[in-house]
Amino acid sequence: MSSTNPNVKMVDSHTGTATTGHEWDGIQELNTPLPRWWLIILWASVIWSFGYVVVYPAIPLVSSFTTGMFGWSSRGDVAAELNSLKALRGPMVNALNGATLADIEKDPKLLTFARAQGKAAFGDNCAPCHGAGGGGSKGFANLNDDDWLWGGKLEDIQATISFGVRSGHGKARDGSMPAFGRDGILKTAEMSQVADYVLSLSGLPTDKGFDKAAGAKIFEENCAACHGPEGKGDMALGSPNLTDKIWLFGGDKASITEGLTNGRGNVMPAWVDRLDDTTIKALTVYVHTLGGGK
Amino acid sequence: MSVKQIQEREAALEKSGVETPLYAPRQKIYPQSVKGRLRTIKWVLLFLTLGVYYFLPFVRWDRGLDAPSQAVLVDLEHRRFYFFFIEIWPQEFYYLTGLLIIAALTLFLMNAVAGRLWCGYLCPQTVWTDLFLWVERLTEGDRRERMQNANKPWDLESFARAILKHWAWLMIAWWTGGAWVLYFTDAPTLVYELVTYNAPFTAYLWIGILTITTYFFAGHMREQVCTYMCPWPRIQAALTDEWALNVTYRYDRGEPRGSVKKAAALKSAGKPAGDCVDCNQCFNVCPTGVDIRDGLQIDCIQCGLCIDACDNIMTKIGRPTGLIGYDTDINVKLRQEGKKSLPPSIIRPRTILYAGLIAVIGVTMLYALVTRSSIALSILHDRNPLFVKLSDGSIRNAYTLRVANKYGGAREFSIKLERFDAAHIDVVGAERDADGWPRLKVGPDQTLETRILVSISPDAHPPRSQDIRFVLRDINGGETAIVKDHFISSDEHN
Repeated sequence: MSSTNPNVKMVDSHTGTATTGHEWDGIQELNTPLPRWWLIILWASVIWSFGYVVVYPAIPLVSSFTTGMFGWSSRGDVAAELNSLKALRGPMVNALNGATLADIEKDPKLLTFARAQGKAAFGDNCAPCHGAGGGGSKGFANLNDDDWLWGGKLEDIQATISFGVRSGHGKARDGSMPAFGRDGILKTAEMSQVADYVLSLSGLPTDKGFDKAAGAKIFEENCAACHGPEGKGDMALGSPNLTDKIWLFGGDKASITEGLTNGRGNVMPAWVDRLDDTTIKALTVYVHTLGGGK
Repeated sequence: MSVKQIQEREAALEKSGVETPLYAPRQKIYPQSVKGRLRTIKWVLLFLTLGVYYFLPFVRWDRGLDAPSQAVLVDLEHRRFYFFFIEIWPQEFYYLTGLLIIAALTLFLMNAVAGRLWCGYLCPQTVWTDLFLWVERLTEGDRRERMQNANKPWDLESFARAILKHWAWLMIAWWTGGAWVLYFTDAPTLVYELVTYNAPFTAYLWIGILTITTYFFAGHMREQVCTYMCPWPRIQAALTDEWALNVTYRYDRGEPRGSVKKAAALKSAGKPAGDCVDCNQCFNVCPTGVDIRDGLQIDCIQCGLCIDACDNIMTKIGRPTGLIGYDTDINVKLRQEGKKSLPPSIIRPRTILYAGLIAVIGVTMLYALVTRSSIALSILHDRNPLFVKLSDGSIRNAYTLRVANKYGGAREFSIKLERFDAAHIDVVGAERDADGWPRLKVGPDQTLETRILVSISPDAHPPRSQDIRFVLRDINGGETAIVKDHFISSDEHN
């Protein structure tokens, strides 16, 4: 660094611009001050920020913060928006609360509103298991069809949504398929025979030359208690109808044998403590009108 | 400042070696009042157009109890547009597209016939500026008085006159904004709400915006809007041809210009003398500050006021009128060559083409409007699941059907499946008629969204996908509407 005399204004000979006086290996630093407009904006922003601190929440304190002159908060904005939405929906929500499930379906206006509310709630809460359109998948019931494990009437659907299935709630739907194989109740050969028998109930192809009489006997002794002597199931126990074309876990021998071996007992949560009554009502109507409602 | 003045100024600046500035300052224009044939036409058009604009929202039209009774109404809240007996739904917005195309073609046709006919007589900028100029003359006097006052210091009278002028301008501008918002809601109700300060904020906002734009555009910016802001002069110049009638100064007759005395002296000396007495009346009355004797210029809106001014002078001094008049470029050229001018020809391929296109689009739109259905259907097949297998093995598809009843009364429709006998149709929440078909009730001027379930027995062995047609029939009127979709029966792609 060369010695500089602070009293002499250094000027770069090439550009004619003043320098800062700094020089490294013959390279001088030009003094190009910030543009005036830039400085004005900077200072205006500084002044503005004082007003901002006074008007808006700004300074964090130990367990709170300064709330500003008008107590504004973005959470308050959201709350206000939600409240106005509530007020907007108020009359229809009240009508929904006041009507019975059957009445809702008879009133086109209420039905449209309940279906719209129900669709939104379904997307938020039910779609992860049952699919966006309630189409279900293996182990998760298709809510569009007319086959119901726990009943497809409005009240049945409402109860299932409210208290769930094997959810641990006191009023939950309960009843499960025992693990016949794992618990040693049936031998492998017996399970094969009864699986073929179950397939035959709905006219599905079976292993050639299976002993139908033996299968029927095993069925009667082990399965008929829940699934009924004809295999038509029982909605009180949630035991599926084995004679129809719908299979929650698959309608092939391997799937049936898997169920026989390990049992079945999927869980649906109880929603009564998570959703309000109106939402559950709307959900009930929505599911009921997907097409399979009884 | 006219183009010629700018060019002169630039030339002078270049000579003097001073760097030319990027823009020329505006030179204030003091258009003088004028009486005449074209001025009368302009007054009539002004009264007609502004009269329609200001009073149309108050015209009533009875549509029954379920619909608004305003003849012209853009009901944004309920998404309907009413124009007397026509009601347009948002999905029919293409009618507006058609109107805009017709408007553009009409502009082209006007241009082919007589240049900037739109600019000179009908453009809102011209009409409102005309009205504001009239107010200005009423309050601050005509051209000469205003020019004199411009150079004098303010006194009490000129101050009072200026206050009066701006107040009147603002009142007109305010009324302009006020009339605008009346097109969007029931006019008498809104007027009452505005007067009692109960109107929605947007109404005041739009009135404010249009008051400000009208006041500045018509009162202060005037010809600058036409010369610098409006794209039409540029487009117009590219679209015009030599057959279009334009406001034109007849050089052959007017030049060399000079006073009556000078012309008489020239004539007696056997030298040529023109009819133009160089009185500058054509320039004085021009609202855009153009000297038409410099030829056609981009600032000229062809309002024809210079024609009136010149005709008045010619009549006074006993010379034939028409020194400035509507003429074609082809005639200007012919006269320059000393040839005889041609009569203007309005019927030309260009005008026939424009008129034909306007007629075709107009008739098409009218046909579409008259024959349009009062039922609109749209259908959406459930995507998830595409199909549902039922306990007996049947296959069912679900659809969301939206029925729009564009009729002012409630209607009941029966819904049938066409050419799909094996299928069974269900509508959620609907009753069935005696024949077993579901019925839909749709309120007046309303839409109904409903869920339709179609199922088919496994014995029918449906193909993976097949076409399906829903026929909606008005039980009383008999009007039908058809919508098509697919029936999906399997995931397999065969």
